[in-house]
This record gives sequence, structure tokens and C-alpha cells, in this order.
Amino acid sequence: MSEQTVIEAVRATLQSEMRRDGSVIVLGEDVGSRGGVFLATDGLIDEFGENRVIDTPLAESSICGVALGAAVNGFRPIAEIQFADFVWPAINQLVGEASKVRYGTNGVKAAPMTVRIPYGGGVRGGLYHSQSIEVLFSHTPGLFVVAPATPYDAKGLLATAIRTDDPVIVLEHKRTYRLVKGDVPDEDYTIPIGKAEIKRPGTDMTIVTYGLMLHYSLQAAEMAAVNGIDVEVIDLRTLRPLDEDAIAESASRTGKALIVQEDTPAVSISSEVAAIIGERCFFDLDGPITRLGPPELPPMPFSPIQEAAFMPSPEKILAAITKLSEI
Amino acid sequence: MSATANNPSNTTEQLSGARLLELYQTMVLSRYLDERVWLLNRQGKAAIAASAQGHEATQVACVEATDPSKDHYLIYYRQFAAMMALGTTPEEMLRGFLAKEDDPMSAARQFPLHGAHPRVDLFNFSNVIATQLPQAAGVALADKLKGSDAVTVVFFGDGASSQGDTHEAMNFAGVHKLPLIFFCENNRYAISVPIEKQMRVESVASRAVGYGFPGVLVDGTDVVAVHEVTKAAVDRARAGEGPTLIEASVERLLPHTTDDDHTRYRSAEDIAHMAERDPVKILSALLKRRDLLNDDSDAEIHAASKKRVNVATDTVDAEPYPSVDTMFDHVVDSVGGNF
Repeated sequence: MSEQTVIEAVRATLQSEMRRDGSVIVLGEDVGSRGGVFLATDGLIDEFGENRVIDTPLAESSICGVALGAAVNGFRPIAEIQFADFVWPAINQLVGEASKVRYGTNGVKAAPMTVRIPYGGGVRGGLYHSQSIEVLFSHTPGLFVVAPATPYDAKGLLATAIRTDDPVIVLEHKRTYRLVKGDVPDEDYTIPIGKAEIKRPGTDMTIVTYGLMLHYSLQAAEMAAVNGIDVEVIDLRTLRPLDEDAIAESASRTGKALIVQEDTPAVSISSEVAAIIGERCFFDLDGPITRLGPPELPPMPFSPIQEAAFMPSPEKILAAITKLSEI
Repeated sequence: MSATANNPSNTTEQLSGARLLELYQTMVLSRYLDERVWLLNRQGKAAIAASAQGHEATQVACVEATDPSKDHYLIYYRQFAAMMALGTTPEEMLRGFLAKEDDPMSAARQFPLHGAHPRVDLFNFSNVIATQLPQAAGVALADKLKGSDAVTVVFFGDGASSQGDTHEAMNFAGVHKLPLIFFCENNRYAISVPIEKQMRVESVASRAVGYGFPGVLVDGTDVVAVHEVTKAAVDRARAGEGPTLIEASVERLLPHTTDDDHTRYRSAEDIAHMAERDPVKILSALLKRRDLLNDDSDAEIHAASKKRVNVATDTVDAEPYPSVDTMFDHVVDSVGGNF
């Protein structure tokens, strides 16, 4: 057991999975000697060589297309997209192609590939280094999407992703990379895809969230506790498939649901969570299903004051908790 | 053929007269089946078809230069004759077009010629043009990392040459010196858009210089020539010398698909001219010049092909469609998740 940051847990997991399985390779922009722009692959090229840690040309579609081709020919590639904002040229190879390999070949072929994508804002990234891109992937049958928010979950879910025989999109929130620390066991473990976790038990209200907003929600819950409101915080951890049972169980038990996300709310993860709660918990609710997110603007302004105004914060979440608790 | 396969310096002699005749038989059978599919479309039984008529020689000759026991083939929707050359039976082909339960490629989930072949490593994941090229680079990269001498052939049309994925794939393959053959069947039309509106340069093959590997232009109606250049590219790839771009000049004798009408955009002169480049007729004439075929034996081949296609049509027409419950199978590995 040791205390690690999220990025340290990611790097250690890549290393241990590459040691464990010779078919695991890493490819992407600057993943070699540079060690990745966030240092997720730091040192891997020294241990595993350039055949397994492949610096690619600056071309996202081929990063994912090549990963897909290697995946159907015996390897378990881990493609790194440098920033989520740059994934759009590769959407065709992921949403269009990889997601349908098993289905479109009636199970003859499969694509055991992982795509790691640093996403999210609050890092002065402006319009093109701040985006949340989870919805398009989460909408797609045939893809798994995970979004770990803690070092422990980052290790367990990345290990699961690499060992899964289908494409898995691993969304790592950039702001959590060095901000969030936690204990990580030294031994090997995995976390199942599709399982949410109650990160803070409570009785008065359920917050459903993921990513950086987990940490902001936990802070808001502590502030609310001072005011006598006991908030339960559920970390989705997997965005496709959603853990419908965990969401419904908690919302039914507390009777109030607040969904918090950094992504813009229209047609989003919070829309789907709200629909699940509406369908499964209607008679147990004693307040409206409430969503908190940023305004419907292109995420997100570079200017520091506007960025802060755009991003949800612990204070904004506390205000939403207070308002919902008074209903 | 195997007796001379290790003698690449003498490639033009690798195709014996007997083997040429067998390739001709494959081409004729492909032609009859292709024509039948078009008729089945007009009968309302085949929802869509893209014909390989005019492309048969190049596809059959390319496959002949490879080793189906270990090589990989990433095809696109017009690879009808290539699939026949790789041993797909007429019944198997028709099950795809008629969307029947036992379609071996995708169990009728996808358009014909999409999915994965049950016996050779031939696949075609999607209808999106040129996506197979980066995937082929990944397949070839995997072989290189494994130390395998398998070769990957990726087929595409002139239309695909305009896509960004084509550039990305060729660039990646050049950098990594991959055992990969980029095989372009240039029929001069991307549906209706003629080649002069697709590119300023004279050939697709000329672009290979930008990626650091050879580009070869070949007459795609000439079985012997296509086999020769493909064999050289295969030998080069197996020897670890990297990719080759082959551009085979062919004719698309029919409209783009059964939903197209090429008289809307092709001149009568153009249509008449291309009929003179029918590869089945060209190979028939060559075989007759070499006394490997005469009018009687040619007629026998045609009659046998038609009979074979009739049998396959009757068989497959009577087969069932897949049941609704099977459409839920194979979305993801059942161990992995709970979609």
C-alpha cells in the first residue's frame, strides 16, 4: 500500500500490465522518450523498448485505427489520445468501427483495445484542452466507457480495461492527475466495469456524479453536513454501462437525487441518470430530480474568471443541495 | 505454381497455362454469380449489390500472388471476385446478398461482403470508405512485432484515395516499414465523380513517393501483369523491405451499385470504350491464343458456371432469414459487461 496520485497510479498500472502480458503495447503521440505530455508513460520505453511503446505520427485516426488492426491480430493495444479535444478525428475508428467489430462479424472478430483519454477542464485549457467528450462514446453500443476519479479506481479500472476483450474508453480527468491522492494497494486487483460505488454514505439526499465532480461533491457534502444535511455521494465510475441498480437503490432510499457533472447537461450522462431515476424511483421520490452542470456554452472560456464561472464548484453544489433539501 | 514460387526473378512464368485456365474459370463463375445477384436485386430479393464486373482479373490475380493460409485481406465492398478466389462458395456469397441465416460473414447483420470470413483472414468491418487502411497498418504492425512473415493486403478504390485515413495509413506504414500491400483498384469513378475531379496527379501510385515506398501502376485487366507486380510486392513485404502501393487500372462495367444509373454521368462513348476492356473477354482471348482454350471448351466453362449458379440460387433462396432473437448476440463479450 502506498499513497499515489492518479497519474502515478495510471503509470504504475501500465507498467504492471505490460510486465504481466507481452501482448500489451502502448501507442500514441509523445508516449516514448517524452513519456507522454502528462508523464503517464514515463520510463516505459526504457523498460519495454520501442516495439511496445510506439511514438506515432501526429494523426489520431491512425492511432486508433492501427490499434484496432493490432487488436484483431493478437495484441492488446493501449492507444493514448493526448487530449480529449483531439479525439474527434478518431471518432470514426472508435464509434464507427471498433464498437461494431464483434457485432458486425457475428463474434468472429473482437477488438481487445483500450483508449486512454485525458479529459475535462478547470485547468486553464480553453476551448480545446478542456472538453468533456464522454457522451458520444457512452451512447454507443459495443463500447465500454469508464471514468475513474481516484488513484485506487484508476488502477483497478485500467487493469480491467486492458484485460477486457472489447474496446474500452478510459477517461482520466486531467485536473485529478496530480490533485487527487489516495492509497493504492501494491498487489494486483481489478474493478468490474459497470459498478458504481458509494463514496460517502448518507440518508437525506443522493448525489450521482463522476470524475472531478466526485471530489467537488464530496467537499460540498461535508459542508452540507455542518448544516445537518446528510448527503450520499455515488461515484458512477463506469459511464457505459451505467450501474442502474446502484443509482436506483440509493435514490429510492434517500428520496432525493441531485446529478452533478462537468459536461453540459443537454442530452448527457445526467439526462440518462435522470431518466433511470424517473423510471425506477418515481414513487419513492419526495423532490424533483435535479441536475447541476455548467451553462450550455462551448466548454470552456480561457479567461480565469469566466472559466471559474463556467465550472461547477463545491459552493455551487452546496447551493443546489440546500435548495433541494428545502423542498 | 508452388514449384516456381521461390523464383521471384522469373515471376512472369509462375502462372502455368493450367493455372491460368483455373483462374479464368474462377473469373467466369464470379461473373455469372455477379450477374445473378443483379437479377435477384431486380426481383426484389437482394436489397443491394455492388458489382465486381470489370474488376475480376485484378482481384483474382492479386489473391493468386498471396498465401491464404497466413496472409490477411482487408477488403472493401467490391471484392466479389477476390472472395471467390479465396474459396468462398457461390452459396456463401448468395447468403450474404440474400441476408440469410447462414451468411458466413456477418449472419446477415451487415451488407454483403462485410464481416469476417469463416476460413481465411479476410474481413471488412464497415461501409465507411478507407477506414480499413489504418486497420491494415495495425494488422501488419502486429505481424512485424510477432516476427511473422505474413503479409497484409488492403484493397481500396480510387475514391478511397482521397480520404485522410489513406494518407495516415500510408504514412504510418512507411515509417514502420510494414509488410503491407496497398492495393488500389482504380476504375476512375467515385460513384459519379470522375478521376479528374478526384486528383490533380496522374496516378494514385505516384503518391507512394511521398511515403517512402514504391508505387506501381499496372493494367488491371491483365492477369499475368497483376500477378507479377503483386508477387514482387509480396516478396518484398515478406523480406522485411516494407510496403508497396499497387494501382490496378480497371473498368467498372456496371453502375456503382444496383441503386445507381451511370448513364446519368458517363458518356455513351465512355461506356462503349470500357466494354472493350472486359477482363473476362481479354483472358479468354489470351487463353485461345495460347491454345489453352477453344470456343467449345469456353462454352463448356460458361455452361457449367451458369448451372452452378442456378443450383446455388435455388438452394439459398429456400433458406431462412435469421430469427429475431439472434440479433442480440455478440454485442460485447458476455463476460465483459451487461449491455
